[in-house]
Amino acid sequence: MKYIDEYRDKELVGKLIDQIKKVSKKSIALMEVCGGHTMSIQKFGIPILLPDTIKLISGPGCPVCVSDRKYIDQAIAYARIEDVIITTYGDLIRVPGSTSSLDQEKAKGVDVRIVYSILDALKIAKDNGDKKIVFLGIGFETTAPSSAAGIIKAQMAGIRNFYLFSSHKIMPPAMEALIDEGVKLDGYIAPGHVSTITGIGIYENIPKKFGLGCVISGFEPVDLLKAILMLVIQIENSDQKVENAYTRVVKPEGNIKAQQMLDEVFELRDDWWRGLGVLPKSGLKIREKYNDFDAETQIPVQVEPTREDKGCICGEILKGLKNPKDCGLFAKVCTPSNPVGACMVSHEGSCHAYYKYNRD
Amino acid sequence: MLNIILDEQTDAAVLEINSNKLSFTTDSFVVDPIFFPGGDIGKLAIAGTVNDVAVSGAKPKYLSTSFIIEEGFPFKDLEIIVKSMAEEVKKAGIIIVTGDTKVVNRGKCDKVFINTTGVGELPQKYSDIGTGKSIKPGDKIIINGTIADHGMCIMAAREEITFTTDIKSDCACLNHLIKDALNVSDQIKFMRDATRGGLATVLCELAERKNFGIEINEDALPINENVRGMCELLGFDPLYVANEGKVLIVVGKEDAENVLTALKENELGKEAAIIGEVVGEHQGKAWLTTGIGGRRIIDMLAGEQLPRIC
Repeated sequence: MKYIDEYRDKELVGKLIDQIKKVSKKSIALMEVCGGHTMSIQKFGIPILLPDTIKLISGPGCPVCVSDRKYIDQAIAYARIEDVIITTYGDLIRVPGSTSSLDQEKAKGVDVRIVYSILDALKIAKDNGDKKIVFLGIGFETTAPSSAAGIIKAQMAGIRNFYLFSSHKIMPPAMEALIDEGVKLDGYIAPGHVSTITGIGIYENIPKKFGLGCVISGFEPVDLLKAILMLVIQIENSDQKVENAYTRVVKPEGNIKAQQMLDEVFELRDDWWRGLGVLPKSGLKIREKYNDFDAETQIPVQVEPTREDKGCICGEILKGLKNPKDCGLFAKVCTPSNPVGACMVSHEGSCHAYYKYNRD
Repeated sequence: MLNIILDEQTDAAVLEINSNKLSFTTDSFVVDPIFFPGGDIGKLAIAGTVNDVAVSGAKPKYLSTSFIIEEGFPFKDLEIIVKSMAEEVKKAGIIIVTGDTKVVNRGKCDKVFINTTGVGELPQKYSDIGTGKSIKPGDKIIINGTIADHGMCIMAAREEITFTTDIKSDCACLNHLIKDALNVSDQIKFMRDATRGGLATVLCELAERKNFGIEINEDALPINENVRGMCELLGFDPLYVANEGKVLIVVGKEDAENVLTALKENELGKEAAIIGEVVGEHQGKAWLTTGIGGRRIIDMLAGEQLPRIC
């Protein structure tokens, strides 16, 4: 398969591994921020190929995992309103709220529909003029532009029964907060899709303020190993900086059009992250001028008190302080069919990735 | 076609059996859409049950068919389905000996649901094939061709996917192919058709709670390029995607090449491949050596990857 096989080439992978082994002297811990990276690393079985000097830690880059349980509770509360249809990406549907999940509510008869794009949600709004359509906007800089585009499109088309419930967040504050929290890290494998939108400038603070290297990576084995090699070279030479190992997709300036849309629709707000608490200016709130499309201001709702599960260490795992296998619930009480925490539900969650590919 | 048993018009079919062991199975088919490239719900209902009987080592002999039809379902569609069942039954060399039809109110079922039950004669010497009791380290694992075709075909045929593909379901009766394999080896230790849950599920079930492990080589897995592409695009792992014409065979290593050759001579086994082996290590688990040389476990699928695929 073109554009895939080249990046899964066994010989090339072997060469990269040899080079990494040759260069790597210091024992280091690298964090893959993005959940997609975690999944690829486990799926391709990369850790076993790396020398003992390199430890990979999963980071907070799974949007479903870092979202507040209160967000799910509120989505469920919207779903229970008679004339509301919830539209969502599939990942969110099985995430446990305090006492229920969207999946369980769906089984009880509320209208929850999985969509592949916000445009499908707009179509549902158009076809159901007497209902309120709430789209669960979740994700980082990668998916937030499509939510912005959806709102702009709804306004242009005069669709008045469409609402976004935003949990969108941006990546850099979490990356900085982790270092502030004292997580022992030597460098970041920076997210490829986020960077496609934002460009590479957003990571400048990381080497400047914290002295850590940051290499943007794609999602295939060759991409990841190239990024790891570049980080190892930076660290061995004490030359920490932002570098791009995903140049075939990520442009230095990013996607300007998407950035403009983001800025048009959203403004920054303080937001809560699982494991990290409230991080200043880390969430995306709908701007006043698009208030008519903001579920939070337009659809009043009573939300049940949030209850966190005891024993779930998702927060520590998201910070990279613990590994899924350190959790007492992992693979015993908490499994993909009976998830306790969001990290076990989302396909990008570290617990899910470890359960699926690295459980032994 | 002459059907002596049906022609008797009795309430219950009277069957002759030449073995003292029976293989007996039932399955209901609710696939959506009912027509798809490479088959339809009728063909699927025959092949699904014939294959369940055949993988136990038995020779499929008789089938029952039972229809639940939604009021208003077009007669011409029913005709196409029944014809395709007749054709498949003929190809498989079995007979339908009893059946039933019920019509329910509109909305009480979706178009048409079909149940089939199958009976086969199980020779004594094959009675361990269903359970895999005699599997031991060193045995080879064979699949008769490309994986994930059926599931991805159904996915592509669904309305919500707005691109078209040329992916065809692999839906087929495997009893003749299986006979070809059994004819060249008395070392076939286990067979299972890899339907819902895909190849991964069969491998996990096979290893679970056993005193052996399984090693699969990702590079050896046959998969069509268009199927692989669609899986990549939609985020499906082909190991977990359904097949309807694929059988996994565990065979003693001395006979592996013979069985492979026999499979390849059959149209339904042209792309057969040895994909792995039974090992003494990591008992109870299936491991995969990835295309880049990495290693990971193969786990059971949690939840449903795709509803109503068969």
